[in-house]
Amino acid sequence: MSDDTHINPAGMGYLESPLRKALTVYLPLGGFLFVLLFPFYWMAITSFKPNNELLSREGNPFWVNSPTLAHINKLLFETSYPQWMWNTLLVSVVSTFASLAASVFAAYAIERLRFSGARHVGLAIFLAYLVPPSILFIPLASVVFQLGVFDSRLALMLTYPTFLIPFCTWLLMGYFRTIPQELEECALIDGATRWQILTRIVLPLAVPGLISAGIFAFTLSWNEFIYALTFVSSSEIKTVPVGVVTELVEGDVYHWGSLMAGALLGSIPVAIIYSFFVEYYVSGMTGSVKE
Amino acid sequence: MLERLQNNRNALGLLFMLPAAVLLLLFLTYPLGLGVWLGFTDAKVGRGGEWVGLENYEFLWGDSVTRLALFNTLFYTVVASVLKFVFGLWLALLLNRNIRLKSFFRAVILLPYIVPTALSAIAFWWIYDSQFSIISWVLVKLGLIDRYIDFLGEPWNARISTIVANVWRGVPFVAITLLAGLQTISPSYYEASAIDGATPWQQFRYVTLPLLTPIIAVVMTFSVLFTFTDFQLIYVLTRGGPLNATHLMATLSFQRAISGGALGEGAAIAIAMVPFLLAAIMFSYFGLQRRAWQQGGKD
Repeated sequence: MSDDTHINPAGMGYLESPLRKALTVYLPLGGFLFVLLFPFYWMAITSFKPNNELLSREGNPFWVNSPTLAHINKLLFETSYPQWMWNTLLVSVVSTFASLAASVFAAYAIERLRFSGARHVGLAIFLAYLVPPSILFIPLASVVFQLGVFDSRLALMLTYPTFLIPFCTWLLMGYFRTIPQELEECALIDGATRWQILTRIVLPLAVPGLISAGIFAFTLSWNEFIYALTFVSSSEIKTVPVGVVTELVEGDVYHWGSLMAGALLGSIPVAIIYSFFVEYYVSGMTGSVKE
Repeated sequence: MLERLQNNRNALGLLFMLPAAVLLLLFLTYPLGLGVWLGFTDAKVGRGGEWVGLENYEFLWGDSVTRLALFNTLFYTVVASVLKFVFGLWLALLLNRNIRLKSFFRAVILLPYIVPTALSAIAFWWIYDSQFSIISWVLVKLGLIDRYIDFLGEPWNARISTIVANVWRGVPFVAITLLAGLQTISPSYYEASAIDGATPWQQFRYVTLPLLTPIIAVVMTFSVLFTFTDFQLIYVLTRGGPLNATHLMATLSFQRAISGGALGEGAAIAIAMVPFLLAAIMFSYFGLQRRAWQQGGKD
């Protein structure tokens, strides 16, 4: 935690004393920060602890005395972890781009073409977003099976868009609405086709929206668990969350170091992407619930 | 032909909707219908089922594990949602203050929400370990307890532990969304009420809360929806145990259908969640209507 929490916020809390503000604002905020971040710290520190330190109640558990890379080595060279990473990346990237493409067209059609029934389609899209994967996975498993894609990456690439498209469409509709209609009308009068309007005017202006929809879609795919657990059974095509949970915890002896290293490494890609685009992410998240 | 398509909104609209519509109809609408149908059959993994009417539902109604799962799901949803609301609102109010490093706090606080739940649940699994739990270690050192707590091995401990992990993950979403709502409230309301002599509590009660209500309704609907249908946290932490004490509808449905092979029965459990979800959605829909949110405000 930074020392800033104890610095007197001079000139800011003009209505209350610094001491009072430290107690009512910075102290609880520090508490929240500690609780929300502690599991990550614990994951990281466990990844580098040798087994004798891990499985001991002596000494100071909050620090590593003799850090080791053994757990990470084991994870990278003795398990299918790198393969799971690759699968997750591949599935997430493909389903993100496929969903973005489909959503751009859908959102543009609903928001701008205003074909008859566009309002109802928009509502249906919103309702589709509310259908949780945990009530769909059983029948979806039989659909995937009938299509002959069971136990393949394709099964995930085809099913992830079911929760990505509604979300991206919904988010992009909001962005498209902020683009002045007049721009498009002028272009139409000048003889531009709808395709030209979409690619030359609307999309460049909607880049922030596309980025936040893209990050959301990517993190949602990276996160997905129940479909990946149900539709894939071979070790070499599992995704990181499922692989770590189903393959690293077998047996009676838990390899906590490797487990934590797996959880940590699997979290890093989304954390990095998120940190680059945090403002887009936050504005997308808040934009999706307020006008 | 192409020219006519250009100028016809309906035809062009249909064409633009095609990719999304095909994917959603094939992988969302159809399975949803199929799920309802499966719930009325005795389908097993690897063989299609016969229509058995309400037999699955009758059996499940008399099944003590299903009843327990329904109780657990309601308990989990209510307690976790209330806690997420209270802590989320508190955090949002703190972040809405005039504080240093505001954007840093806002960015870091969202981490639990973006990291894959299955992976953070594994971290909690280790934090809750019966022999080496860091929580027990600290409490023992502080002299508050003398034996390590079996967080996931006792029914009520396990229920509380899973709820804590769920709240940990959900608070950032509630907080950041409510923060966005708070920032839309004009400072002039606070100035006016301050001139009238309102205390901070009165300002919160009579200015902040009423103006925040629509966004609270929306956020809590989402929160309730996702908590009610939660799967992965339970699957990773307890797989429904001990003694089915933490089985939710979703994990029970997975256990019966996929691990147990009784597709029809599992589908019936999943479909039994729908009435609860519909109630939540109706609530959200009317909340939206009132605020002329996204859909509205355009015609």
